[in-house]
Amino acid sequence: MNFYNEMIDANDGVRAHYQGYDQWLKATPPERIARKRAEADLAFHRVGITFAVYGEEAGKERLIPFDIIPRIIPSAEWKSLQSGLRQRVKALNMFLHDIYHDQEILKAGKIPAEQILNNAQYRPVMKGVDVPGGIYAHIAGVDIVRAGAGEFYVLEDNLRVPSGVSYMLEDRKMMMRLFPELFAKHKVAPVHHYPDMLLEKLRAVAPQGVNDPTVVVMTPGAYNSAYFEHTFLAQQMGVELVEGRDLFVKDEVVYMQTTQGPQRVDVIYRRIDDDYMDPTVFRAESTLGVPGILKAYQAGNVTLANAIGTGVADDKSIYPYVPEMIRFYLGEEPKLNNVPTYMCRKPDDLKYVLDHLPELVVKEVHGAGGYGMLVGPAASKEQIEHFRQLLIAKPDGYIGQPTLALSNCPTFVEEGIAPRHLDLRPFVLSSGKCVNMVPGGLTRVALTKGSLVVNSSQGGGTKDTWVLED
Amino acid sequence: MLSRTADHLFWMSRYIERAENLARLLDVTWQMSLVPQSLEAANQNWNAIIALNSLEETYAKKYSEITAENVLRFMVSDADNFASIHSCLRMARENAHAVRGTITTEMWETLNATWLEAREKSFEQLLNAGISEFFEWVKMRSSLSRGTTLGTLLQDKAYHFIRLGTLLERADNTARILDVKYHVLRPHGDEGATDFYQWGALLRSVSAFEVYRKVYRDVITPERVAELLILREDMPRSLHFCMNGVVKNLDLIANRHSGETQRQAGLLHAKLHYARVEDILEQGLHEWLTDFMDHIYMLGDGISKDFLVPMAEAA
Repeated sequence: MNFYNEMIDANDGVRAHYQGYDQWLKATPPERIARKRAEADLAFHRVGITFAVYGEEAGKERLIPFDIIPRIIPSAEWKSLQSGLRQRVKALNMFLHDIYHDQEILKAGKIPAEQILNNAQYRPVMKGVDVPGGIYAHIAGVDIVRAGAGEFYVLEDNLRVPSGVSYMLEDRKMMMRLFPELFAKHKVAPVHHYPDMLLEKLRAVAPQGVNDPTVVVMTPGAYNSAYFEHTFLAQQMGVELVEGRDLFVKDEVVYMQTTQGPQRVDVIYRRIDDDYMDPTVFRAESTLGVPGILKAYQAGNVTLANAIGTGVADDKSIYPYVPEMIRFYLGEEPKLNNVPTYMCRKPDDLKYVLDHLPELVVKEVHGAGGYGMLVGPAASKEQIEHFRQLLIAKPDGYIGQPTLALSNCPTFVEEGIAPRHLDLRPFVLSSGKCVNMVPGGLTRVALTKGSLVVNSSQGGGTKDTWVLED
Repeated sequence: MLSRTADHLFWMSRYIERAENLARLLDVTWQMSLVPQSLEAANQNWNAIIALNSLEETYAKKYSEITAENVLRFMVSDADNFASIHSCLRMARENAHAVRGTITTEMWETLNATWLEAREKSFEQLLNAGISEFFEWVKMRSSLSRGTTLGTLLQDKAYHFIRLGTLLERADNTARILDVKYHVLRPHGDEGATDFYQWGALLRSVSAFEVYRKVYRDVITPERVAELLILREDMPRSLHFCMNGVVKNLDLIANRHSGETQRQAGLLHAKLHYARVEDILEQGLHEWLTDFMDHIYMLGDGISKDFLVPMAEAA
């Protein structure tokens, strides 16, 4: 397979936008680099920038490895990505509004109705509910990869509770602290205004008539894998971090319990899945949510970000239709590529996937976090056979995609500097007609040689992401 | 401020303060055990530490006899003993973790690093390195945590709940130390010669040895020790000092339910403000301190009900 190297071109030359970094790297004594890397490790530990891994001992926390070689994106490349992201997220929000209202796209036959209406992520309770500005996915994390010829693809849209933005911000802080001289030499577009941008968006979608909204961040609690990020964002925005047990609903209004008595809450940036938000409507056994909050939401007395029911738009079985949504709602051709996808619920596609398992990536339709997937070229015969059985038993639970030759970038690993595969997750913020993002996003890197899975739960690391200004 | 946040802040500061006072007490007892004394006296001192925390039953489950090493192991490193320094530092960190967005980065890093470092130390390592060094370290980490709080935290309600926790805990701990030590040193009232070293040790355990010298410029007498630790309002670990702070911080967080708790705090404060040490000793120090500790407990309970875990008003 041919891999696109972010730093080195096909003739072993250093790409123009990496020249400055390359010179610095060659001129810096290895001892200094080693010392700085150790310093970064220590600092991340002390600050407690950790995440919990499911399946490991409760409360145990791990560091996400941080690599000091940045992922650099030239300005022009970013501009074209940015306009593609705006287009895509705009269409996704319009799609969500549509399927919970008039369902024009289904009437037009662009997407089979049963694909939406029978989807477990479709929430009938949202039918006819008007949300402020018609925005459902206020915060979207769109995973982008680059393949062999250097072209970009959208791998998936995360529209429920995408995480990782705190690492984007902390990675930058760390790089600036370790190597200030690099930033003196490069014009790196700043990202630290993300929390301000987020707060502005959240305030903008407050219920009608609320002038000075009370915004909160809602977390499932200290043992959630992304708890660090929840506290980080609440602190950076200067708002309360609440858990379900801090909130209650009275007369369809949400309050939080404070030391001065109940205080009304207007906007909730919730980092809890739909299923756990309201035990009176969704999972009854959930203790993370707030009884009655859905009624308050439907009555328009509180805004949830993201909205209830966004999962139907980022489901892997719906992903193949996103280009069609862009054409349907915006009348434009998609600027970002979709990865060709075989929908195993279609007999022809299923046959193709079963015949080509060793070449393909197979994903569970509702899976996330790198769990429940098969990477054909890297899998053993047993794993492939295991997936074959799964596919035959439940074809509509899976999709297949060609294994993309994910681009790579030089990375510090045990044996020195070696190329490792990576992806990019920009965080796209929407309110009303405005779609904004800070330049770049979170770059995740698979630290195991040859691995194409970058998820932190699967041993992935992160890099600082630089968008160079002209 | 969220009630739950206030609850975590309150307990975070209580646990740090508790760890510090325990380190002080253990250190002094350890140092005193190095001064020639009868085995009976030595055991009495170690026993007192277990009694001080009402841990007799828990202790008996693990150890058959009271020895210096057993008690130290139990009170320093035992993860099963919820009152050990190890447990206190863990609880302080866990409470901080739950509100790390409310406290400053420096405060969080101090408590997190303290726990990470404490967790790495086995009891044997501590013993080999000199256990006093560890006690010094605990005191320094507590000072550091108090210092970063004072030096970095906005003095809003969060700060007042933290101070409230610190002072309430300290009032309780000082009263406890005084009660137990006084009892050991003067089991039969005021008869017999007083032991300079033992009284000196009691003073040192609350950083009051040098203060005593400065204030009284005279030999150490039990009456003055009691006066210093109970009534002296400029002595930062005295009961009077602590209650000054409790009343002040309670006023700053008052809500419409907290009137009764404030009244109780004011009463307890007045008892210290207008007291004479002669009267307290005449009444019996033990009785007086027991009554004081009961009131401190009730205050903690009142604060909890008024601010930290209020009944949901939705119902």
